[in-house]
Amino acid sequence: MTKRDLPALSIIELRDFLRRGEISPSETLQALEERIDAVDPEIGAYLVHDFATAMAEAEKTDVSLPLGGIPIAIKDLINVEGQQCTCASKILRGYRAPYSATVIEKLRGHGAIPFGRMNMDEFAMGSSTENSSVQVTRNPWDLSRVPGGSSGGSAAAVAADIAFGALGTDTGGSIRQPAALSGIVGFKPSYGRVSRFGLVAFASSLDQIGPLTKTVHDSALLMNAIAGHDSHDSTSLNAPVPDYTKNLGRDLKGIRIGLPKEYMIEGVDPAVKSAVIAAVKQLGELGAEIIEVSLPHTDYAISVYYILATAEASANLARFDGVRYGHRAENVSSLFDHYARTRAEGFGAEVKRRIILGTYVLSSGYYDAYYLRAQKVRELIRQDFVREFEKVEALVSPTSPSPAFKLGEKTTDPLQMYLADIFTNAANLAGICGISVPCGFAQSKNGKTLPIGLQLLGKALDEARIFQIAHAYEQSTDWHKARPVIEPIAA
Amino acid sequence: MASELDVAYVAQLARLQLTAQETELFQKQLGDVLKYAEKLKEVNVEGVEAAAHAVPIFNVFRADDPCDWFTAAEALSNAPRQANNLFIVTKVVE
Repeated sequence: MTKRDLPALSIIELRDFLRRGEISPSETLQALEERIDAVDPEIGAYLVHDFATAMAEAEKTDVSLPLGGIPIAIKDLINVEGQQCTCASKILRGYRAPYSATVIEKLRGHGAIPFGRMNMDEFAMGSSTENSSVQVTRNPWDLSRVPGGSSGGSAAAVAADIAFGALGTDTGGSIRQPAALSGIVGFKPSYGRVSRFGLVAFASSLDQIGPLTKTVHDSALLMNAIAGHDSHDSTSLNAPVPDYTKNLGRDLKGIRIGLPKEYMIEGVDPAVKSAVIAAVKQLGELGAEIIEVSLPHTDYAISVYYILATAEASANLARFDGVRYGHRAENVSSLFDHYARTRAEGFGAEVKRRIILGTYVLSSGYYDAYYLRAQKVRELIRQDFVREFEKVEALVSPTSPSPAFKLGEKTTDPLQMYLADIFTNAANLAGICGISVPCGFAQSKNGKTLPIGLQLLGKALDEARIFQIAHAYEQSTDWHKARPVIEPIAA
Repeated sequence: MASELDVAYVAQLARLQLTAQETELFQKQLGDVLKYAEKLKEVNVEGVEAAAHAVPIFNVFRADDPCDWFTAAEALSNAPRQANNLFIVTKVVE
């Protein structure tokens, strides 16, 4: 292996090289930096990266630790002390985190090096990363397309071999959908499995931090590092954390997988549909029993999600008032003018839209009709999953109804953008775990190969089983081995 | 229900100054979203308990022990305006 090939390694492969002393953590970072310099001008995944600080950490790291010396890219809404944390928003431009999130402390405890701040939709609101106030991120498989979102920078970086692994967040699909569109593995833990302390809140009852990686094994390894109870987050669950790699390699005999009939709907791209049908057949051949199940409230998930998520966002984002941190309007005429202009100047269009929708559904006279009703339908959606998980260990579906769409294709129609989350929203509402793994490719009209993702959903806290199923499927296919060829856009 | 959304009024509640173009655009776009969400009216929610969280946890207490936290300088490190170890706010009382 040459240093040029080094960034293409999985975390497991890199770990073995580091442990054998064949390469050092500093050489790893240098090789990664060279690859970033060569490739990221085309992709736009990194907002910033601090090579000098990471090198100082690399020199002290212990490679015998589970993630010793491995750089991990961080979505720009998870605080790392001393580094920027802007949520890709103008309102937080220049903000420096005064403390580190629990997941960062845990990663460092396992020897990993947080490296780079990844682009995202502003405050994680979006499905294409086009709502970043800073820059466009392009899909490594086709530079005219989106990488998905909101963790689009994290996903594109892993897909383009400019990150070995990354942390993202998933509020309605923001890890799984970009993983699917970028051809990598994205994992959303059960609600409460991973501490949210130090994560900038979007919708607190839905947000979870999780890994984006090249393989299922890498995903399980990162979950081993970040999962667990945290006294700083009152919603984190005080439940034992198993070794998520322990079930990897087990076969699927005796495992029942449900195919929700409501998920094979019209409007799913034919290539996605046939790839998922083939993947389901493959799961059957691996020994799993496939059973048709029903989640009758599926059709309401997007409506419930966009009412509850915007309501929570409107409350969470009230903290951006231009007093304690962030942008502050100049020459204000009154306190009202101070708030209204500070926020008008700092927030982008999608954030403004969601604050207005959220404020409306919580406002007097509309609370019962929208917010309270949505909470009740959320409970019915949750009960759908509880009931079907008595019959099966996992559910299978497409992650996204289509492969990556064109930059600009959905930006003028928010509702169409919201519908990109149709298969992922419900898992957040129900608090269960889920993964997206590569399951095939579609051919675009412009002759590009576009990845397709398979979603597997599991019971709350049943992460180990989902990793087992996803790993068995992944290892029986070659989809995860394909890499994009990144062509220069400025020829 | 959808037609009752008054974006200009709600923007005031949310302390958000919008341009005339933004107000008009959001009125149309959010009108579409609310129209889509009207399908929730079909659902029979009688007797269903509202779920604020998927995993309800109640009464989480920590030990009431003092511990180190931000110093004033750390808490003020991102303040847009500060003086004498304090945040400067815009005048509240006329």
